[in-house]
Amino acid sequence: MTLDWNSFTPTASLAGGILIGLAIALLLLASGRIAGVSGIVSGMLRPQRGNILWRVAFVIGLIVAPACYRLFAALPESRIDAGWPMLILAGLLVGFGTRLGSGCTSGHGVCGLARLSPRSILATLTFMSFGFATVFVVRHLLP
Amino acid sequence: MNAILSFTAGLTFGLGLIIAGMTNPAKVISFLDIAGNWDPSLALVMGSAIPVSAIAFYIARKRETALLGQRIQLPDTHRLDWRLILGSALFGVGWGLAGICPGPALTLLGYGLWQGVLFVTAMLIGMTVYEITLNKAR
Repeated sequence: MTLDWNSFTPTASLAGGILIGLAIALLLLASGRIAGVSGIVSGMLRPQRGNILWRVAFVIGLIVAPACYRLFAALPESRIDAGWPMLILAGLLVGFGTRLGSGCTSGHGVCGLARLSPRSILATLTFMSFGFATVFVVRHLLP
Repeated sequence: MNAILSFTAGLTFGLGLIIAGMTNPAKVISFLDIAGNWDPSLALVMGSAIPVSAIAFYIARKRETALLGQRIQLPDTHRLDWRLILGSALFGVGWGLAGICPGPALTLLGYGLWQGVLFVTAMLIGMTVYEITLNKAR
């Protein structure tokens, strides 16, 4: 293992994390909801009266963020190396897995850890380990 | 009012993801590649997002209702079961393959990249498959 100091962005990453935390705080304290993105999206798939508009509004906020950012600065690079078959496979696994496991990086990894939920601690340890293992296999074991 | 606040939260969340580097899948994979040339930046995203939201959860725990009057809804399940572990494992594999998780996936739609559209479509299909198979059987 070596550290990639050239790509290391501590200030930006800490600042971005603070914004994410503030967004979670806003949704929680103003609307009483947990900002778990996979949960918010999946609730749109089986719409219930009075429980849909806030979800759609949150998702639109996420989608327009790049356009809003562009008003002030050029968007940072976004490089996607995966080809289409890999993107489809990964998307299916992420969609199915986050529903079966009741959460993703935001719901378990940030909100769940912030409130010390044992379920979220176990979920986060699991998806982090499998994430590390998957990259290890793809990058270092496969030809 | 609720929708406006929710939109603001989503927008702030998305801006946070962009600034943090989470909308660059190559960077996410560099973070997950501890055996290679490791970029630890994304650990710092959780490192600052968690304490900020922990303060909010601390306040929320002392209140019954949110500022707009709705009940504060926190998960009340405590079961550590196979669903939680298998689901998180499958999610971790998918995350490692593409370097994209649900929040950044939606924000990538706003980048106008075809890869984002394809990933989100597959993710929604994956969620729908869960809804019509396992969630019905529950």
